[in-house]
Amino acid sequence: MKGGIKLAEDIKVDSTLDCKGLVCPEPIVKTNMAIKKLQVGQVLVMESTDAGATSDMHSWAKRTGHQLLKEEASGNVLKFYVKKMK
Amino acid sequence: MTEKPKRIALIASKGTLDMAYPPLILATAAIAMDMEAGIFFTFYGLDIINKHKYNSLKVPPLGNPAMPVPMPNILGALPGMTAMATMMMKSWMSKANVASIPKLLDMAREGGVRMIGCQMTMDVMGVKKEDLIDGVEIGGAATYLDYAVDANISLFI
Repeated sequence: MKGGIKLAEDIKVDSTLDCKGLVCPEPIVKTNMAIKKLQVGQVLVMESTDAGATSDMHSWAKRTGHQLLKEEASGNVLKFYVKKMK
Repeated sequence: MTEKPKRIALIASKGTLDMAYPPLILATAAIAMDMEAGIFFTFYGLDIINKHKYNSLKVPPLGNPAMPVPMPNILGALPGMTAMATMMMKSWMSKANVASIPKLLDMAREGGVRMIGCQMTMDVMGVKKEDLIDGVEIGGAATYLDYAVDANISLFI
C-alpha cells in the first residue's frame, strides 16, 4: 500500500548508500544490493548525482515492489528514501 | 507463492567498445530489478568475454559519422585513428564515471547473469573455451532459444 506524503524528518533511516558520481546502471545495482541487506520495513536512503536516477528509481521500485517513500533534491544531489517491502 | 521472475534474453553480436556496453548494462540492470538475465555472445560479440580482448575493445572511427570530431570520415581509415578514437571515447567515459567493461563483467558475474558463448562462432574464429572469462558456458542456437522462449524481453545487439 502506498503511504501518504511524509516529511523526511518523519522517516527513520536505517542505512545510507552513497552513489554520488556513479551513473547507470550502478545506482540501481548498488541500491538493490543494499536493500537485500536490510530487514523488511527498514528504510534505505540512496544519494545520487545521476539525473537519470529519478526515472530509474521509480521503475526499479515498481518492478521490485519496494516502496519509494520520498525523494529530495539539494543542489545536484538526489536523495531517494526506499522502504524494504519484502 | 512467488511470481515467476521476469527475464531478459540478449544476443551480443558486436565486438566494439560502444556495442559491448548495451548488453552488459541491460543485463546488470535487469538483475538489479530482480529479473533473470542471459547474454548469448556470438561472432564478434565473443570478444566481450574473451579474456585476451575484453579490456582492449575499440571504437571504429571509420564509417561512424557520430564521432564528434570535425574531420572528414575517410580520415578514420588512416593508421592510428582507431586507437585515437578509442582513447577519446575511454577518456569521455572515465570523465562521466561510466563503469568499465571489466567492471560490468564482474557485476554481471556477481549478479548471476547467464553468459553463453556460441560454440559455432568460436569454432569459426578459433576461440577456445579457455580464451573466455570464467563463468561462461558454451552452447548453440538451441541453448539460446530454450532460454529466450521463456523471456519477456529479447534483444539482438
